[in-house]
Amino acid sequence: MDNNSVLDNLRVAFGESISLIGEPHGLLTVETSAASLIALLSHLKEDSTLGFNYLTDITAVHYPLQIGREYCVVYHLHNMYENLRIRVKVFLDKDHIHIPTATVLWNGANWMERETYDFYGVVFDGHPDLRRILNMDDLDVFPMRKEYPLEDPNRVDKKDFYFGR
Amino acid sequence: MSKVVTLAEAPPGVEGAGFFATSLDKAIGLARANSLWPLPFATSCCGIEFMATMGSTYDLARFGAERPSFSPRQADMLLVMGTIAKKMAPVLKQVYIQMAEPRWVIAVGACASSGGIFDTYSVLQGIDEIIPVDVYVPGCPPRPEAILDGVLKLQEIVKNESLNRRNTPEYKALLEKYGIATNNG
Amino acid sequence: MSKTITKITPNKPVFIDNDPQDALVTLNIGPTHPATHGVFQNVVQIDGERIVSGVSTIGYIHRAFEKIAEHRPFYQITPLTDRLNYCSSPINNMGWHMTVEKLLEIEIPKRVQYMRVIVMELARIADHIICNGILGVDTGAFSGFLYVMQEREFIYEIFEEICGARLTTNIGRIGGFERDFNAIAFQKIEAFLERFPPVLKEFEELFVRNRIFIERTSGVAAVTPEEALSYSWSGPILRATGVDYDVRVVSPYCSYEEFDFDVPVGTTGDVYDRFMVRNAEMWQSLRIIEQALRKIEKEPVGVFHADVPAFYLPPKEQVYTNMEALIYHFKIVMGEWETPQSEVYHSVEGANGELGFYLIHDGGRSPYRLHFRRPSFVNYQMFAPMSSGMLLSDAIINMSSLNVIAGELDA
Repeated sequence: MDNNSVLDNLRVAFGESISLIGEPHGLLTVETSAASLIALLSHLKEDSTLGFNYLTDITAVHYPLQIGREYCVVYHLHNMYENLRIRVKVFLDKDHIHIPTATVLWNGANWMERETYDFYGVVFDGHPDLRRILNMDDLDVFPMRKEYPLEDPNRVDKKDFYFGR
Repeated sequence: MSKVVTLAEAPPGVEGAGFFATSLDKAIGLARANSLWPLPFATSCCGIEFMATMGSTYDLARFGAERPSFSPRQADMLLVMGTIAKKMAPVLKQVYIQMAEPRWVIAVGACASSGGIFDTYSVLQGIDEIIPVDVYVPGCPPRPEAILDGVLKLQEIVKNESLNRRNTPEYKALLEKYGIATNNG
Repeated sequence: MSKTITKITPNKPVFIDNDPQDALVTLNIGPTHPATHGVFQNVVQIDGERIVSGVSTIGYIHRAFEKIAEHRPFYQITPLTDRLNYCSSPINNMGWHMTVEKLLEIEIPKRVQYMRVIVMELARIADHIICNGILGVDTGAFSGFLYVMQEREFIYEIFEEICGARLTTNIGRIGGFERDFNAIAFQKIEAFLERFPPVLKEFEELFVRNRIFIERTSGVAAVTPEEALSYSWSGPILRATGVDYDVRVVSPYCSYEEFDFDVPVGTTGDVYDRFMVRNAEMWQSLRIIEQALRKIEKEPVGVFHADVPAFYLPPKEQVYTNMEALIYHFKIVMGEWETPQSEVYHSVEGANGELGFYLIHDGGRSPYRLHFRRPSFVNYQMFAPMSSGMLLSDAIINMSSLNVIAGELDA
């Protein structure tokens, strides 16, 4: 099994609802929509020829300049038998950052999704316990979004003057 | 292997036949300095170096800090080792408040002293924003020798401190600055 | 069960108490409890000594690694990776460098790869020493810890000889190492291979057939392979359940495919198996180091980096005397280098499992996005669910056998 056969399999099963992004460094990357995400992930996991049984990672990326596709949720799956990885991307509009949860397929998705929510504010519909995980509960921003600064803006001891800016 | 046992030097005093007189401050200070009970508040990397400091090669116990206390009530030297996130800050302050007088604080490592390389929205920029600190140990992480040196520096402070420090107006003002109640005097 | 946990804010668990007759007790373990070896908070409800339910709160040393990484040039990210799993920093350093090398498609000389293997395997031993030593302490045997800690100091001495630092090593460069291993470093590695096996053997003898240790750990927190995979476990604790997934074997990096070593697996996935898997891995690491030393002897002497002047920092003495070196130095340090726009996922077998780096690069001076797949974070999420029904003391040793490192957990 290689990237091409995986892609053929997905094209047969999903047709237009998936599209190929590329194969950067040999890792097959496909895009899908939030509506068909769970169907795609469970097909990848349960189809007897694909067998991507292991959820490696869930994370998100913020592209503030892509209008209508500001947020990208990225899933990395791994087929341990054949050592093949696949990357699934879903782009979301900043006015509707909702995506179905993958906890129905993998228990391990729980904290990964909570972390993604904590950093980017991506709401995983149906998640059993979607609340902040790393930051303080009373933080009112999603700090990994590009518009928020790295440094604490409330600091008073750090004068721009000393840093030449 | 020859064993060299050195005794702590006696504080200055009046010596005569069969007696030795010195001030109580000095005698108690000497005792306190050589039996500091550490409370390791280890959160990250520096905690691992502290483990090495406590271990057989460096052996912090040589300096009287034999008994690490994990209860703040029975400790008098708070060693803060590692990054203190803002989420952790109230916990650290609570631990400090729970310690009985006399109490001293060593900020071990760059993160505890100043936030270190983590100048971010989630990290406290030095523990001296929330509790008073007596000794800062630089390094990221400091070598065990540096931690030992910090403890020795603190011993000097302890030796020369007034027995009645907790009642001095300066000390009360210091604690008040941090919003810590001083009704224990 | 009549009490339910509704919301946990730090240190303030809020419970709805329906039944005052209820016998359940709420216990707050952490965030600075000594038995947790780090800053994790678990609020558990216990019935006598048995845990009924629990909730984990993490993030007590959240340092925003991923946000910092978006603001730093590539070389300045290496010190961040040090502080992920600080018990085995070199593995993280190497993982990050290899990720960038994969992005830039740099070919690394064989000798450098073997040098990396040596450093990484030493780090793995140092990490497993801590985990297994502490597990011994938690089950009541302090002396084993002291024996192996002594050897860990010796590993630190080797790191010191190689790069000058003990714990947060910041070892290596993109494209290789900063300098060659000197003769003393090689001597010390050889000496370590001599002196460590007897100590490890003695350490094993203290535990492996020890009745107390077996009673405390055998059958505790047993996990099936299906559960473990569903929770995305990786590393020694996954192998303890019987799944032979090791990144070094499945997707070899640094020429691991040339080495002859076994992947130890357990059968039941309990604490005892995890201990045994880690111990066996230390023996395998020793084997790998031995082979790597022999392989290095056959390689050309003095090669310690790839020939990529555009990405590899020039030697300091040349920076002061050579115009070209100065320009490269400036460009690299300021991040003004030409790099392809791409995205890359690279994973290495960290001491706790699959340590992944997901890098999205837009050609700028710092990554557009860098995500760390942190094994401790992924592994630890099963702790609270699996604690239900467990004795409190078993949950504590279960936690130490997971070897959760706070820096890696909280990013």
